[in-house]
Amino acid sequence: MREVELLIIGSGPAGLCAAISAASSGAKVLILERSFRPGGQLVKQTHMFFGSESQYASHRGVDIAGILLKKLEEYGDRIELMLNCTAVGFYEDNVVTVLKDETKYFKIKAKSIICATGAYEKSLAFPNNDLPGIYGAGAVQTLMNVYGVRPGDRVLMVGAGNIGVIVSYQLLQAGIEVVAVLDAAPRIGAYLVHASKLARMGVPILSSHSVKEAIGTDCLEAAVVCEVDEKFRPIPGTETRYDVDVMCISVGLSPLNELLAMRGVEMKYVGQLSGQVPLRTENCETSIPGIFVAGDASGIEEASSAMAEGYLAGLCAAAKLGYVPADFEERRQEYRKQLEGLRSGPVGDRIRAGMKLSQL
Amino acid sequence: MFEKTGIATREMVMSKFPPVERINKGPVAVVECYQKIPCNPCQTACPVGAICIGDDINNIPRRDEEKCGGCGVCVAKCPGLAIMIVDGSKSADTVQFRIPYEFLPLPEAGETVVGLDRAGQPVCKARVLKVMNPPSFDRTPVVTLEVDRKYLYEFRNFRREAE
Ligand SMILES: Cc1cc2nc3c(=O)[nH]c(=O)nc-3n(C[C@H](O)[C@H](O)[C@H](O)COP(=O)(O)OP(=O)(O)OC[C@H]3O[C@@H](n4cnc5c(N)ncnc54)[C@H](O)[C@@H]3O)c2cc1C
Ligand code: SF4
Ligand code: SF4
Repeated sequence: MREVELLIIGSGPAGLCAAISAASSGAKVLILERSFRPGGQLVKQTHMFFGSESQYASHRGVDIAGILLKKLEEYGDRIELMLNCTAVGFYEDNVVTVLKDETKYFKIKAKSIICATGAYEKSLAFPNNDLPGIYGAGAVQTLMNVYGVRPGDRVLMVGAGNIGVIVSYQLLQAGIEVVAVLDAAPRIGAYLVHASKLARMGVPILSSHSVKEAIGTDCLEAAVVCEVDEKFRPIPGTETRYDVDVMCISVGLSPLNELLAMRGVEMKYVGQLSGQVPLRTENCETSIPGIFVAGDASGIEEASSAMAEGYLAGLCAAAKLGYVPADFEERRQEYRKQLEGLRSGPVGDRIRAGMKLSQL
Repeated sequence: MFEKTGIATREMVMSKFPPVERINKGPVAVVECYQKIPCNPCQTACPVGAICIGDDINNIPRRDEEKCGGCGVCVAKCPGLAIMIVDGSKSADTVQFRIPYEFLPLPEAGETVVGLDRAGQPVCKARVLKVMNPPSFDRTPVVTLEVDRKYLYEFRNFRREAE
């Protein structure tokens, strides 16, 4: 069985930054990534990101992945990246079982582990929601931006959070018609600058609306939409039919962290962080010493905060292994300050509340 | 209304415009950013310090119309595509707009396009004067258009005529 110092599961912005941070302190790192390419969500993001300079704001997500991978190369002798490798089990003795290329199965034992597995998409229940043509927003983005495939011709977007609004904009850029973006909430969840970008392209954003049903025999042919009241109950007589061949569901993400639960880390449901999350210290360490969490796996936020958390978790995990850089405390405070800044505004209210509830 | 549709009201829009006298003096940035979000590339990008967000990255940017020379560096840097340049110094009947435009195919100088408002509805005709897309804009082209002055507070986007 292979033994490593620090194992990082997931190579999204959180995992990559954790690796860079730990390796720069001197730790030897192995990263497992289930996909054929590193970068997590970043590789699908063709729009410019928010945040500040230290999180590469105004760079496009896909280019941020490139920047981080270049930094990773600087520590090539200390960081190994294994692609097509899914961590499928996590046991008491810190053994992680791995499935490679869906055929080879092996074990890795690690002194310290950072779980940076990201998130999964929530789905929505309505009649016929299993018709071909009804996708999650992630699938639409992957088809379009990773493989260059048109998901369809006319799209109804369900969900006006950042993801729904951004994916709608990217659909327009790909020359695909977006008939409307709807959301059951009375207000747009996305940053309003993103929403305005879409509005001035003539795409209506319908707040307080939901899907009543999908219509089609072999695949999606139309969607029936209706208004909902403040308790999200459909208002009779408000039905509208849209003839569409794609419905894109973008109703939020949940943290993906079953591996930590399997290991026995203390978990808690925190609505503000969008699901079940591990309790952790301010250094991103879970209830089991030496096991850390960073990024969306610890609560749904943004790539900017995932990067800062990754740097923090990597720094602290390496320090626990004995690699304490001279500027440890300075760097720790710097990452914490970045996180505080990103979470300080009104859109960070929810996150701050969630953080309080999930502190060890 | 704005929070339901993403379409800013006339009052909100006007609050972000400098006085017409300033617009008539020469190019100036209009920063349509109304919500506290953790973002500040506009401040970082401005070479003369005309956009201020301050220590709290969530603050709403403030543009100093006296300091701003309308250079346009911030236009392609804003991830929200919330900034445009207006210039009323060129003619008494028209205003020039410089707006970010991330769609292909790009228009060409001399072309007449359909001017759209903040709801994407056609409001006027607009003439394309220039299309800038240098590497430093990082794939956010900026298009200069000439529009009838009447539409100063309406015009915000454009659509190419179907070929
Ligand atoms: C449409 C869209 C637009 C966005 N726009 C912005 C934006 O403008 N600004 C911003 O800051 N953020 C934005 N985000 C959010 C940002 O992309 C995420 O918050 C960020 O990617 C989270 O980083 P992460 O590293 O935690 O997770 P991810 O990026 O999801 O990476 C997790 C990685 O772990 C891998 N993995 C999962 N499970 C396993 C396993 N068992 N074994 C091995 N590997 C595994 C996955 O394959 C993936 O590569 C956007 C997201 C979307 C979807
Ligand atoms: S136009 Fe130029 S001077 Fe004016 S705010 Fe933008 S970057 Fe600064
Ligand atoms: S860069 Fe754009 S979206 Fe960000 S704060 Fe400045 S104006 Fe607002």
